[in-house]
Amino acid sequence: MIKELTKGIFRENPVLMLLLGLCPTLGVSGKFFNAIGMGLGVIFVLVCSNAVISLMKKIIPNQVRIPGYIVIIATFVTIVELMLRAFSPVLYSGLGIFIPLIVVNCIVLGRAEAFAGKNRLLPSVLDGLGMGIGFTLSLMLIAFIREILGAGTLTLWESGSTVYRFVIPGLSEAPVSVLATPAGALFVVGFVIAGINAVKQYRSRPGKDARKGASV
Amino acid sequence: MKRKKQEFQFSVASSPQIRSPRSTARIMVYVILALLPAALWGVYQFGWYAAAVLAVSVAAAAAGEGAICLIRKKNTLSDGSAVLTGLLVGMNMPPSVPLYIPAIASLAAVIVFKGAFGGLGCNIINPALGGRLIAFFSWSSAMFTFQTPRTILESGLTVAGATGDAMTSATPLTFLKSSVPEYAGSISNEMEVLSLKHYSLSKYDAAVTDKINSLFGENFCYGYFDAFFGIKGGCIGEISVFLLLLGGLFLIAKKIIHWEIPVAFIGSFAAAVWVFGGLRAGTGFFSGDVVYQIFSGGLFLGAFFMATDMVTSPFRRGSMFLFGIGCGLLTFLIRYYGSFPEGVSLAIVFMNLTVPMLDRLFIPRRYGVKKKRRVGVGKGGNA
Repeated sequence: MIKELTKGIFRENPVLMLLLGLCPTLGVSGKFFNAIGMGLGVIFVLVCSNAVISLMKKIIPNQVRIPGYIVIIATFVTIVELMLRAFSPVLYSGLGIFIPLIVVNCIVLGRAEAFAGKNRLLPSVLDGLGMGIGFTLSLMLIAFIREILGAGTLTLWESGSTVYRFVIPGLSEAPVSVLATPAGALFVVGFVIAGINAVKQYRSRPGKDARKGASV
Repeated sequence: MKRKKQEFQFSVASSPQIRSPRSTARIMVYVILALLPAALWGVYQFGWYAAAVLAVSVAAAAAGEGAICLIRKKNTLSDGSAVLTGLLVGMNMPPSVPLYIPAIASLAAVIVFKGAFGGLGCNIINPALGGRLIAFFSWSSAMFTFQTPRTILESGLTVAGATGDAMTSATPLTFLKSSVPEYAGSISNEMEVLSLKHYSLSKYDAAVTDKINSLFGENFCYGYFDAFFGIKGGCIGEISVFLLLLGGLFLIAKKIIHWEIPVAFIGSFAAAVWVFGGLRAGTGFFSGDVVYQIFSGGLFLGAFFMATDMVTSPFRRGSMFLFGIGCGLLTFLIRYYGSFPEGVSLAIVFMNLTVPMLDRLFIPRRYGVKKKRRVGVGKGGNA
């Protein structure tokens, strides 16, 4: 059962392993705080929609299951959107169009189709939670690199007048601002994935340990 | 002993049987030789700091290639391509740029735009231009600060178009782009703006232009001489059109680059300027100043040394022409209607991406096979 939770974080990490949800990854990973906000929103939507869909999987006719899933997902996305608007206007404007776009986020829809529509409640919730955490962690990693190199800052919290932001001296005056653009995000995602693949290859290199090599 | 050698000479192996004595390293040395005069001219005009920019670019590119070699466990440093990439990056830098910019641009060129794609021969865009664009979009203000060349400072003229101090001034292209609209309708050639707004030109330019005008009874504007011989603001390696042209002709004579690409590039650009270039000066169609436009900016450096990069340019003659024409038209559009004063590098990078498609348009007919249909995706194809 615990495997359903952890697989989304490492082995089937939606962004870095399955290359799903790249659109919000490229769009909102320019600022660390936005990445955290987006990640939490997606975790909420994933867990709730996976739970409801796995409960309703007998009721939803197979032919119209995708529209059915979308209605359920859209409900939770609307909740996230209205909550953000009310309690964190800064985050709401920072994420912009990418909040309503969670509806068609391929991670959310993909988990509904591939997992929640076939499994029982608890595994579905754990699966959603794991996938959401995996998405959030990879988004945070990419945003961490991008904000530090691309803007020379690191924004941890931003709400009204309370702003927790580290400014890196030197780098913030002449940052590599190409990394703050979506094109720069592609570079960062590419190199992070390359790094992960290098680690995977190193761990499964031949002649190391036959048993361990097989499991990777 | 002798017999054994003969056996070796006639041994038959699998193809390729015809080998060229030319190696990658040799080609790179020729290209570097062809570039050096223009680079040295830039150093002469902009001082030793420009030499430091070039040195840092080359060193960073070599260091980046060294790192790639360590990762791939394969020596690709000795083929000289990294040195060439570094030199091109340096020549594409403004002379007064802070030194970390060429260093990062060179590293990005070699590691991101070449190494990450699989090394020399696998890169999809020209690495040097990729590195330049990283710098261009990251540190725009530093990349748009241009030093006044030595010859103009020594002419003792007041430097017009100067920002702040006389050491930096606008390049002719930036100057024209911002000044021509003010005079639209009241001039017959946009070159007049250079004189009207007192854009600083060298004393040689004035002398030569006056001489030619009195000899032939013409009325040429000032500025062509400076533009051709490289007495103007700009990137280190792009200013001397004369030396770049000599270098380019040397490479064509050595059959290292194909003449089709520079000819199509400069030709299509010139045609577009001639037809539409006069519109912004209010002189109507077919009145653009072709000569000054092709001698300005990085057109010659781009057309002879960047667009012709063997890896990122097409193979077939037809696709080379299309490639060059695309570069020329895009350069024209960016220079006249884009937000940047110069668009050669952006145009070449964009056309680099189309090279595989362009080459597919001109797949040669196999002997004994009728040319039936164009090879397309999903149709299987016959090639």
